[in-house]
Amino acid sequence: MTLLEAFDWLETTGLGAAIRNSTWLFPAVEAVHLIALASLGGAVFALDLRLLGFGLRSQPVAEVAGNVRLWFAVSLGAMFATGVPLFVSEAVKCYWSTSFWVKMSALATATVFVLCVRNPIARAQADHAAERAWTNRLVGAVSLGLWFTVAAAGRWIGFS
Amino acid sequence: MVLLEFCEWLAGTAWSIALHESLYMYPLVESTHVLALCLFVGTLVIVDLRLLGVVFRRVPVSEVNARTLPWTVTGFVVMVVTGLLLFYAIPVRTYQSIWFRAKVVLLVVAGINAWLLHRRVSRDRASWDRAAVPPKAARVSAAVSLSVWAGVIVMGRMIAYNWFDCDHQPQSDFVNWAAGCVITLSEAP
Repeated sequence: MTLLEAFDWLETTGLGAAIRNSTWLFPAVEAVHLIALASLGGAVFALDLRLLGFGLRSQPVAEVAGNVRLWFAVSLGAMFATGVPLFVSEAVKCYWSTSFWVKMSALATATVFVLCVRNPIARAQADHAAERAWTNRLVGAVSLGLWFTVAAAGRWIGFS
Repeated sequence: MVLLEFCEWLAGTAWSIALHESLYMYPLVESTHVLALCLFVGTLVIVDLRLLGVVFRRVPVSEVNARTLPWTVTGFVVMVVTGLLLFYAIPVRTYQSIWFRAKVVLLVVAGINAWLLHRRVSRDRASWDRAAVPPKAARVSAAVSLSVWAGVIVMGRMIAYNWFDCDHQPQSDFVNWAAGCVITLSEAP
Protein backbone atom coordinates (compact mmCIF):
# COMPACT_ATOMS: atom_id res chain seq x y z
CA MET A 1 0.00 0.00 0.00
CA THR A 2 1.50 3.31 -1.05
CA LEU A 3 1.14 6.44 1.05
CA LEU A 4 -1.32 7.88 -1.46
CA GLU A 5 -3.46 4.73 -1.25
CA ALA A 6 -3.37 4.98 2.54
CA PHE A 7 -4.51 8.62 2.40
CA ASP A 8 -7.21 7.64 -0.09
CA TRP A 9 -8.40 4.94 2.30
CA LEU A 10 -8.49 7.44 5.21
CA GLU A 11 -11.03 9.50 3.31
CA THR A 12 -13.32 6.48 3.00
CA THR A 13 -13.35 5.82 6.76
CA GLY A 14 -16.49 6.70 8.70
CA LEU A 15 -14.87 9.80 10.21
CA GLY A 16 -13.61 11.12 6.87
CA ALA A 17 -16.90 10.48 5.08
CA ALA A 18 -19.00 11.94 7.92
CA ILE A 19 -17.12 15.25 7.82
CA ARG A 20 -17.11 15.42 4.03
CA ASN A 21 -20.82 14.67 3.76
CA SER A 22 -21.77 17.28 6.34
CA THR A 23 -22.17 20.98 5.63
CA TRP A 24 -21.41 22.04 9.19
CA LEU A 25 -18.92 19.56 10.54
CA PHE A 26 -15.77 20.75 8.76
CA PRO A 27 -16.30 24.46 9.60
CA ALA A 28 -17.24 23.60 13.20
CA VAL A 29 -14.17 21.41 13.79
CA GLU A 30 -12.01 24.00 12.06
CA ALA A 31 -13.34 26.78 14.31
CA VAL A 32 -12.35 24.76 17.40
CA HIS A 33 -8.96 24.13 15.73
CA LEU A 34 -8.56 27.94 15.55
CA ILE A 35 -9.54 28.46 19.20
CA ALA A 36 -6.93 25.85 20.18
CA LEU A 37 -4.43 27.68 17.95
CA ALA A 38 -4.97 30.90 19.90
CA SER A 39 -4.53 29.04 23.21
CA LEU A 40 -1.40 27.27 21.94
CA GLY A 41 -0.10 30.66 20.78
CA GLY A 42 -0.46 31.95 24.34
CA ALA A 43 1.47 29.02 25.82
CA VAL A 44 4.24 29.38 23.20
CA PHE A 45 4.49 33.17 23.57
CA ALA A 46 4.53 33.04 27.38
CA LEU A 47 7.76 31.01 27.46
CA ASP A 48 9.40 32.15 24.20
CA LEU A 49 8.97 35.86 25.00
CA ARG A 50 10.56 35.16 28.38
CA LEU A 51 13.46 33.36 26.67
CA LEU A 52 13.89 36.34 24.34
CA GLY A 53 14.16 38.65 27.37
CA PHE A 54 10.60 40.02 27.35
CA GLY A 55 7.46 38.96 29.19
CA LEU A 56 7.72 37.88 32.85
CA ARG A 57 11.38 38.78 33.32
CA SER A 58 11.14 38.82 37.11
CA GLN A 59 10.43 35.08 37.08
CA PRO A 60 13.13 32.43 36.61
CA VAL A 61 12.89 30.73 33.20
CA ALA A 62 12.14 27.37 34.86
CA GLU A 63 9.20 28.93 36.73
CA VAL A 64 7.65 30.18 33.49
CA ALA A 65 8.30 26.81 31.80
CA GLY A 66 6.60 24.98 34.69
CA ASN A 67 3.56 27.25 34.50
CA VAL A 68 2.93 26.76 30.78
CA ARG A 69 3.64 23.02 30.67
CA LEU A 70 0.11 21.68 31.17
CA TRP A 71 -1.47 24.56 29.21
CA PHE A 72 0.83 23.83 26.24
CA ALA A 73 0.08 20.09 26.37
CA VAL A 74 -3.70 20.60 26.55
CA SER A 75 -3.63 23.11 23.66
CA LEU A 76 -1.46 20.86 21.48
CA GLY A 77 -3.74 17.93 22.32
CA ALA A 78 -6.77 19.97 21.23
CA MET A 79 -4.96 20.86 18.00
CA PHE A 80 -4.38 17.16 17.29
CA ALA A 81 -7.90 16.14 18.29
CA THR A 82 -9.37 18.64 15.79
CA GLY A 83 -6.59 18.55 13.21
CA VAL A 84 -6.69 14.79 12.61
CA PRO A 85 -10.41 14.76 11.64
CA LEU A 86 -9.82 17.76 9.32
CA PHE A 87 -6.93 15.90 7.67
CA VAL A 88 -8.79 12.60 7.38
CA SER A 89 -11.69 14.32 5.60
CA GLU A 90 -9.42 15.63 2.81
CA ALA A 91 -6.33 13.43 3.02
CA VAL A 92 -5.82 13.14 -0.76
CA LYS A 93 -5.93 16.93 -1.20
CA CYS A 94 -3.35 17.18 1.60
CA TYR A 95 -1.16 14.56 -0.11
CA TRP A 96 -0.79 16.86 -3.13
CA SER A 97 -0.43 20.06 -1.04
CA THR A 98 3.10 21.40 -0.53
CA SER A 99 1.81 23.50 2.39
CA PHE A 100 0.60 20.34 4.15
CA TRP A 101 4.02 18.69 3.99
CA VAL A 102 5.79 21.92 5.03
CA LYS A 103 3.43 22.16 7.98
CA MET A 104 3.88 18.52 9.04
CA SER A 105 7.68 18.74 8.78
CA ALA A 106 7.71 21.97 10.79
CA LEU A 107 5.26 20.48 13.32
CA ALA A 108 7.42 17.40 13.86
CA THR A 109 10.57 19.57 14.16
CA ALA A 110 8.86 22.06 16.50
CA THR A 111 7.48 19.34 18.78
CA VAL A 112 10.82 17.55 19.06
CA PHE A 113 12.66 20.87 19.54
CA VAL A 114 10.29 21.97 22.33
CA LEU A 115 10.33 18.65 24.18
CA CYS A 116 14.01 17.76 23.74
CA VAL A 117 15.80 21.12 23.54
CA ARG A 118 13.76 24.12 24.68
CA ASN A 119 12.01 22.68 27.74
CA PRO A 120 15.08 20.90 29.24
CA ILE A 121 17.15 24.08 28.78
CA ALA A 122 14.39 26.19 30.34
CA ARG A 123 13.83 23.83 33.28
CA ALA A 124 17.55 23.89 34.11
CA GLN A 125 17.38 27.62 34.88
CA ALA A 126 15.74 27.51 38.30
CA ASP A 127 16.98 30.96 39.36
CA HIS A 128 18.31 34.12 37.75
CA ALA A 129 21.93 33.15 38.51
CA ALA A 130 21.54 30.12 36.21
CA GLU A 131 20.21 32.22 33.33
CA ARG A 132 21.91 31.79 29.96
CA ALA A 133 20.75 34.88 28.10
CA TRP A 134 22.19 34.22 24.64
CA THR A 135 21.29 30.53 24.55
CA ASN A 136 17.77 31.52 25.58
CA ARG A 137 17.47 34.13 22.85
CA LEU A 138 18.51 31.60 20.22
CA VAL A 139 16.20 28.90 21.58
CA GLY A 140 13.25 31.32 21.85
CA ALA A 141 13.78 32.60 18.31
CA VAL A 142 14.03 29.08 16.84
CA SER A 143 10.88 27.97 18.70
CA LEU A 144 8.86 31.02 17.58
CA GLY A 145 10.12 30.59 14.00
CA LEU A 146 9.15 26.92 13.91
CA TRP A 147 5.65 27.50 15.34
CA PHE A 148 5.14 30.43 13.00
CA THR A 149 5.96 28.13 10.07
CA VAL A 150 3.48 25.52 11.35
CA ALA A 151 0.69 28.12 11.64
CA ALA A 152 1.42 29.92 8.35
CA ALA A 153 1.79 26.72 6.30
CA GLY A 154 -1.34 25.39 8.01
CA ARG A 155 -3.35 28.40 6.92
CA TRP A 156 -1.96 28.07 3.42
CA ILE A 157 -3.37 24.51 3.06
CA GLY A 158 -6.77 26.18 2.77
CA PHE A 159 -5.72 28.33 -0.17
CA SER A 160 -4.76 25.42 -2.42
CA MET B 1 -29.63 51.69 4.35
CA VAL B 2 -27.10 54.48 4.67
CA LEU B 3 -24.49 51.93 5.76
CA LEU B 4 -25.39 49.63 2.86
CA GLU B 5 -24.96 52.51 0.41
CA PHE B 6 -21.64 53.36 2.01
CA CYS B 7 -20.53 49.71 1.60
CA GLU B 8 -21.66 49.74 -2.03
CA TRP B 9 -19.65 52.90 -2.61
CA LEU B 10 -16.62 51.29 -0.86
CA ALA B 11 -16.93 48.20 -3.07
CA GLY B 12 -16.65 50.40 -6.16
CA THR B 13 -13.39 52.06 -5.17
CA ALA B 14 -10.31 50.99 -7.12
CA TRP B 15 -8.33 49.77 -4.09
CA SER B 16 -11.19 47.61 -2.88
CA ILE B 17 -11.47 45.91 -6.26
CA ALA B 18 -7.68 45.54 -6.49
CA LEU B 19 -7.49 43.89 -3.05
CA HIS B 20 -10.48 41.65 -3.77
CA GLU B 21 -9.08 40.45 -7.07
CA SER B 22 -5.41 40.21 -6.07
CA LEU B 23 -3.82 36.78 -6.26
CA TYR B 24 -1.56 37.12 -3.21
CA MET B 25 -2.43 40.29 -1.27
CA TYR B 26 -5.83 39.11 -0.04
CA PRO B 27 -4.57 35.69 1.18
CA LEU B 28 -1.57 37.43 2.79
CA VAL B 29 -3.76 39.93 4.66
CA GLU B 30 -6.12 37.11 5.63
CA SER B 31 -3.23 34.93 6.90
CA THR B 32 -1.79 37.84 8.88
CA HIS B 33 -5.23 38.31 10.44
CA VAL B 34 -5.32 34.63 11.46
CA LEU B 35 -1.72 34.44 12.70
CA ALA B 36 -2.02 37.68 14.70
CA LEU B 37 -4.74 35.79 16.57
CA CYS B 38 -1.96 33.81 18.29
CA LEU B 39 -0.41 37.04 19.54
CA PHE B 40 -3.63 38.88 20.41
CA VAL B 41 -5.88 36.16 21.85
CA GLY B 42 -2.86 34.08 22.91
CA THR B 43 -1.46 36.77 25.20
CA LEU B 44 -4.99 37.57 26.38
CA VAL B 45 -5.28 33.92 27.44
CA ILE B 46 -2.14 34.44 29.59
CA VAL B 47 -3.80 37.36 31.42
CA ASP B 48 -7.17 35.61 31.74
CA LEU B 49 -5.68 32.34 32.99
CA ARG B 50 -3.82 34.36 35.65
CA LEU B 51 -7.10 36.01 36.68
CA LEU B 52 -8.68 32.54 36.90
CA GLY B 53 -5.81 31.44 39.16
CA VAL B 54 -4.68 28.74 36.72
CA VAL B 55 -1.17 29.94 35.81
CA PHE B 56 1.50 32.21 37.34
CA ARG B 57 -0.25 32.06 40.72
CA ARG B 58 2.90 33.36 42.44
CA VAL B 59 3.18 36.42 40.18
CA PRO B 60 1.12 39.54 41.05
CA VAL B 61 -1.77 40.12 38.62
CA SER B 62 -0.54 43.67 38.02
CA GLU B 63 2.87 42.36 36.96
CA VAL B 64 1.42 39.76 34.56
CA ASN B 65 -0.74 42.53 33.04
CA ALA B 66 2.11 45.04 32.73
CA ARG B 67 4.46 42.51 31.13
CA THR B 68 1.86 40.95 28.82
CA LEU B 69 -0.76 43.51 27.76
CA PRO B 70 1.60 45.60 25.55
CA TRP B 71 1.90 42.46 23.35
CA THR B 72 -1.87 42.03 23.42
CA VAL B 73 -2.34 45.64 22.27
CA THR B 74 0.22 45.11 19.48
CA GLY B 75 -1.67 42.03 18.35
CA PHE B 76 -4.97 43.91 18.58
CA VAL B 77 -3.69 46.71 16.32
CA VAL B 78 -2.62 44.13 13.70
CA MET B 79 -6.04 42.44 13.99
CA VAL B 80 -7.88 45.74 13.50
CA VAL B 81 -5.75 46.92 10.56
CA THR B 82 -5.92 43.58 8.71
CA GLY B 83 -9.58 43.16 9.69
CA LEU B 84 -10.52 46.55 8.22
CA LEU B 85 -8.61 45.66 5.04
CA LEU B 86 -10.52 42.36 4.76
CA PHE B 87 -13.80 44.24 5.17
CA TYR B 88 -12.67 46.85 2.64
CA ALA B 89 -11.95 44.10 0.08
CA ILE B 90 -15.48 42.62 0.32
CA PRO B 91 -17.68 45.31 1.92
CA VAL B 92 -21.26 44.55 0.83
CA ARG B 93 -21.22 40.79 1.34
CA THR B 94 -19.46 41.16 4.70
CA TYR B 95 -21.86 43.87 5.87
CA GLN B 96 -24.78 41.59 5.00
CA SER B 97 -23.24 38.52 6.68
CA ILE B 98 -25.05 37.33 9.82
CA TRP B 99 -21.70 35.96 11.04
CA PHE B 100 -19.99 39.31 10.67
CA ARG B 101 -22.88 41.03 12.46
CA ALA B 102 -22.78 38.50 15.30
CA LYS B 103 -19.01 39.02 15.48
CA VAL B 104 -19.45 42.79 15.83
CA VAL B 105 -21.99 42.25 18.64
CA LEU B 106 -19.54 39.93 20.44
CA LEU B 107 -16.72 42.47 19.95
CA VAL B 108 -18.89 45.08 21.68
CA VAL B 109 -19.62 42.61 24.52
CA ALA B 110 -15.87 41.91 24.86
CA GLY B 111 -15.22 45.66 24.99
CA ILE B 112 -17.83 46.24 27.70
CA ASN B 113 -16.46 43.30 29.70
CA ALA B 114 -12.91 44.68 29.46
CA TRP B 115 -14.16 48.13 30.47
CA LEU B 116 -16.01 46.69 33.49
CA LEU B 117 -12.90 44.73 34.53
CA HIS B 118 -10.83 47.88 34.28
CA ARG B 119 -13.26 50.29 35.96
CA ARG B 120 -15.11 48.12 38.49
CA VAL B 121 -13.47 44.78 39.22
CA SER B 122 -9.92 46.12 39.36
CA ARG B 123 -10.76 49.02 41.68
CA ASP B 124 -9.73 47.03 44.76
CA ARG B 125 -7.05 45.03 42.96
CA ALA B 126 -4.37 46.06 45.46
CA SER B 127 -6.09 43.82 48.03
CA TRP B 128 -5.96 40.70 45.81
CA ASP B 129 -3.04 41.48 43.48
CA ARG B 130 -0.92 38.73 45.04
CA ALA B 131 -3.74 36.24 45.65
CA ALA B 132 -3.11 32.85 44.00
CA VAL B 133 -6.79 32.79 43.02
CA PRO B 134 -8.37 36.26 42.54
CA PRO B 135 -11.94 36.98 43.79
CA LYS B 136 -15.00 35.69 41.99
CA ALA B 137 -15.75 38.94 40.11
CA ALA B 138 -12.30 38.82 38.49
CA ARG B 139 -12.65 35.14 37.64
CA VAL B 140 -16.09 35.69 36.10
CA SER B 141 -14.66 38.55 34.04
CA ALA B 142 -11.81 36.33 32.78
CA ALA B 143 -14.21 33.48 31.96
CA VAL B 144 -16.49 35.87 30.06
CA SER B 145 -13.47 37.24 28.19
CA LEU B 146 -12.25 33.77 27.14
CA SER B 147 -15.76 32.66 26.08
CA VAL B 148 -16.57 35.82 24.13
CA TRP B 149 -13.23 35.84 22.28
CA ALA B 150 -13.71 32.15 21.43
CA GLY B 151 -17.10 33.18 20.02
CA VAL B 152 -15.47 35.98 18.03
CA ILE B 153 -13.05 33.44 16.51
CA VAL B 154 -15.91 31.10 15.54
CA MET B 155 -18.02 33.89 14.01
CA GLY B 156 -15.01 35.27 12.16
CA ARG B 157 -14.22 31.88 10.64
CA MET B 158 -17.83 31.40 9.55
CA ILE B 159 -17.87 34.65 7.52
CA ALA B 160 -16.07 32.64 4.82
CA TYR B 161 -19.13 30.40 4.31
CA ASN B 162 -21.99 31.58 2.13
CA TRP B 163 -24.90 29.47 3.47
CA PHE B 164 -26.80 32.54 4.64
CA ASP B 165 -25.72 35.05 2.00
CA CYS B 166 -28.38 37.41 0.67
CA ASP B 167 -27.87 36.15 -2.89
CA HIS B 168 -28.68 32.59 -1.73
CA GLN B 169 -32.47 32.93 -1.66
CA PRO B 170 -34.81 31.69 -0.39
CA GLN B 171 -33.67 32.26 3.19
CA SER B 172 -35.81 32.33 6.31
CA ASP B 173 -37.35 35.66 7.31
CA PHE B 174 -35.06 35.71 10.32
CA VAL B 175 -31.90 35.40 8.21
CA ASN B 176 -33.08 38.05 5.77
CA TRP B 177 -33.88 40.36 8.65
CA ALA B 178 -30.64 39.68 10.58
CA ALA B 179 -28.50 40.03 7.46
CA GLY B 180 -30.36 43.11 6.26
CA CYS B 181 -31.04 41.53 2.86
CA VAL B 182 -32.86 43.66 0.31
CA ILE B 183 -35.35 41.27 -1.32
CA THR B 184 -36.35 42.09 -4.88
CA LEU B 185 -39.77 41.12 -6.23
CA SER B 186 -38.39 38.26 -8.32
CA GLU B 187 -36.79 36.69 -5.23
CA ALA B 188 -39.84 37.08 -2.98
CA PRO B 189 -41.40 33.74 -2.05
